[in-house]
Amino acid sequence: MLLDEPLIFERGATGRIGWAVAEPPGGGQDGPALPPDLRRDDDLAGLPEVSELEVVRHFVRLSQWNYSAATTLYPLGSCTMKYNPVVNEALARLPGFATLHPLVPDRLAQGALELIAGLEAALAALSGLDAVCLQPAAGAQGELLGMLLVRAHHVARGDPRRRVLIPSSAHGTNPASAARCGYQVAEVAVDARGLLPAAAVAAAMDESVAALMVTNPNTLGLFEEEIEAAAAAVHARGGLVYMDGANFNALMGVARPGDMGVDVMQFNLHKTFSTPHGGGGPGAGPVAVRAPLAPYLPVPRLVRSDAGLAWSDDAPQSVGRMRSFYGNFGVLVRAFAYIARLGAVGLADVTRLAVLNANYVRARLQGAYHLPYDTPSLHECVFSDRHLQDSGVSTLDVAKRLLDYGFYAPTIYFPLVVKGALMIEPTETETKETLDAFVNALLAIADEARTDPALLRNAPHRARLARLDETRAARRPILRWQPR
Amino acid sequence: MSGYTPHTEGDIAAMLAAIGASSIDDLFAQVPAGLRPRATIDLPPGLTEPELRARFEALAARNAGGTGPAVFLGAGAYPHWVPTAVDQVLLRSEFLTAYTPYQPEVSQGTLQATFEFQTFAALLLGLEVANASMYDGASAAAEAVLMARRMLPDRHTVWLSRALHPHYRAVIRTYVRGLGDVVVREVPFAADGRTDLGALEGDLGPDALAVVLGQPNVFGVLEDVAAVAARTGAAGALIITATAEPLALAMVRPPGACGADIAVAEGQSFGLPVSYGGPGVGLFAARERDVRSMPGRIVGETVDAHGRRGFVLTLATREQHIRRERATSNICTNQGLCALAVTAYLSLLGRQGLRALATTNYRAAHAVATRLEAAGVARRFDGPFFNEFVVQAPIARWEALVRDGVVAGFPLVRWYPELDDALVVCVTEMHGAADIDRLVRGLAAPAARAASG
Repeated sequence: MLLDEPLIFERGATGRIGWAVAEPPGGGQDGPALPPDLRRDDDLAGLPEVSELEVVRHFVRLSQWNYSAATTLYPLGSCTMKYNPVVNEALARLPGFATLHPLVPDRLAQGALELIAGLEAALAALSGLDAVCLQPAAGAQGELLGMLLVRAHHVARGDPRRRVLIPSSAHGTNPASAARCGYQVAEVAVDARGLLPAAAVAAAMDESVAALMVTNPNTLGLFEEEIEAAAAAVHARGGLVYMDGANFNALMGVARPGDMGVDVMQFNLHKTFSTPHGGGGPGAGPVAVRAPLAPYLPVPRLVRSDAGLAWSDDAPQSVGRMRSFYGNFGVLVRAFAYIARLGAVGLADVTRLAVLNANYVRARLQGAYHLPYDTPSLHECVFSDRHLQDSGVSTLDVAKRLLDYGFYAPTIYFPLVVKGALMIEPTETETKETLDAFVNALLAIADEARTDPALLRNAPHRARLARLDETRAARRPILRWQPR
Repeated sequence: MSGYTPHTEGDIAAMLAAIGASSIDDLFAQVPAGLRPRATIDLPPGLTEPELRARFEALAARNAGGTGPAVFLGAGAYPHWVPTAVDQVLLRSEFLTAYTPYQPEVSQGTLQATFEFQTFAALLLGLEVANASMYDGASAAAEAVLMARRMLPDRHTVWLSRALHPHYRAVIRTYVRGLGDVVVREVPFAADGRTDLGALEGDLGPDALAVVLGQPNVFGVLEDVAAVAARTGAAGALIITATAEPLALAMVRPPGACGADIAVAEGQSFGLPVSYGGPGVGLFAARERDVRSMPGRIVGETVDAHGRRGFVLTLATREQHIRRERATSNICTNQGLCALAVTAYLSLLGRQGLRALATTNYRAAHAVATRLEAAGVARRFDGPFFNEFVVQAPIARWEALVRDGVVAGFPLVRWYPELDDALVVCVTEMHGAADIDRLVRGLAAPAARAASG
């Protein structure tokens, strides 16, 4: 675990070849040389010259410095770090998927198109909405698309509108996504129970508001009990309801956004539908909409005819494209495999057991840690460091000490409505034994905070590195290796 | 049934007792009762693993991947060999199943690899700094335009080369839609397939914000970036390049060295399969002085409490979770695992391998172009190219070839109505001699075909 590993640029020796390239077919028949003014003249100086073993060893060593969902409980709130089924890796690598070029004629890609159509239909069924676009590459890009659709809807009516209402308990990317579409963000405060009051939405609502952008369950893990009334208030003044679906793991078989009054939402396939997070991507953020918004969805759209499935660019009201080609297809394969493997009953069980696990952790930690909102929660629970403050330790110290116990830390200092938040989402794939070990670690840390606060403040002690100087990194940025 | 959830009856009973609930249903009491019955999931029953495999193998078999037709397609996605060692690195669970490195002490693997990725991106693009990656090349190009907007807030007109890949142009248009005050105009291409410098010079007025062009462009033609940069710079605007085939940059002068202010690329060529167009990964590089306008995550070097070198996410004050609606971008994560693939791939090929592979691609494509020309199939544009070029051939011949199991490039008429009977053909190290023979024979003019017997 503690082996040192230099940068790959600091390894190797001049002239060493890690990868031999075959001669071109036709025996190296040359073409005209590149004009000198187009030629690269630095001889690729700085690129490594290392052997295959050096490369393999380098990355295997680096990998050992990571905690991951496969090695330990990774209770990051709102990130849904569940088990990523390994069979899905094998399926995404089937040559018929992995080596399929995106511009082959549609009739040579019918299997891929059937898969895309099947996933669109499954997400429509789960959301209770009418049309789905799989193009967005991540949740944040799905949000951006969703708000572009909102804008297109209002512009088509000759009234673009200016403002978007966002509850203080919404997902962190929402304000930036709305601002990207030219909207001013108006925050709506949650009430003493941590919920969005429909009356507050109605009071803030007028004809300048394009949409309510709500996360449900919200980032406190609470189901928005008044979502139907809030949506009705928005619709009454001509607004639309956007739902951030990052927390959809709490809703399968329980409530459909379409039934709540939601007009548009994004899914995070890397959360609810188990595709690996990959250290921060690739994800996928499909968007589902009610039928009146469907004409604005990105091109190309998948259409079915007697000849089979085909892509169509015939959508004059479309907002355009979010990215090249059709989306993160490899991620879509994994997500569809997950849905097909679990089926209706399995997906409903996912939600039920995710909520059971989160409530179990909450029940066992309550008392030792301060629970700022005691409203019943669903798939995650949010504590604060208030009970520990007398001992001079903070949420950050608890998080770092948890690493010593072999667990990744929860999401910390978010949501912002809770000071010193610890946001815990265990997911359904953890056993009771693992949850008990995790809870016992947090209880032991609460004791340590009283008996030996320095132990927390100097944590972690068992990780590869001690605490890192983030101020120094920002003040004097070193953002790459430099050739000597 | 799946084995993905571990709960026994006993576990559930014990957990409910600890919670003080009598059933799991009770935990959903705050969900309005009217919503529950309608939410019953309308999907088929689950499959066993063998059933799942059989179903997906059947779907995959209906595609032209694997040992199917000979496909000479590039146009934004490039078939290259993915070394087994690269994919093996991606399958390391510690990389695969981690998330954004919020806790750097136990995420040094991801962080160091990302720092290395930033170095590779900056080296290849010839600029000083790079971010931790974007979703793909097209959205990176759009983010570059938004960055230019932050750098030159008083200018509003973006000029897109018409020879820039149409997907990239479309995504830029989508991304600036929300801003409301950015005007997108296009610069025509000239007879050599390059951006028309004369037209550009006349177009650039005091409101010009940036010029965006491909390198190589969608026709596979290598642009004279330095000449465009000189004219763009003289007008006070920024120049942004977007590279869909970054292998070209192993032999072509990098955009930064030609004066580009921001350079982006699609990294799929470096270690990722084409995978029906995604996931890819966007490389994004700029000048150091502009780094605080740059979007996306950035990893920086620092030290730990004992003075040991380590890496952290840095310059976070640009980002959405801190600046909320004033952030430089709404982008939250990067394409972590895909950036890792690029890092492992470029490490493995290294200086010599990358240069050799680029040479192989260049020669293979030029050999095919020469043979086609001899067979009466002329190139449409005479500008210099790397591993992709446009030929003039009747669409009927292309269709007949598809029926015979050869996809002889992409018919450009779908993107450029005026370019009928034009095919953009890509040749890489993946194309074997027999398939190339079928391509040349199939595209050849009937007279030439008869002559060659």
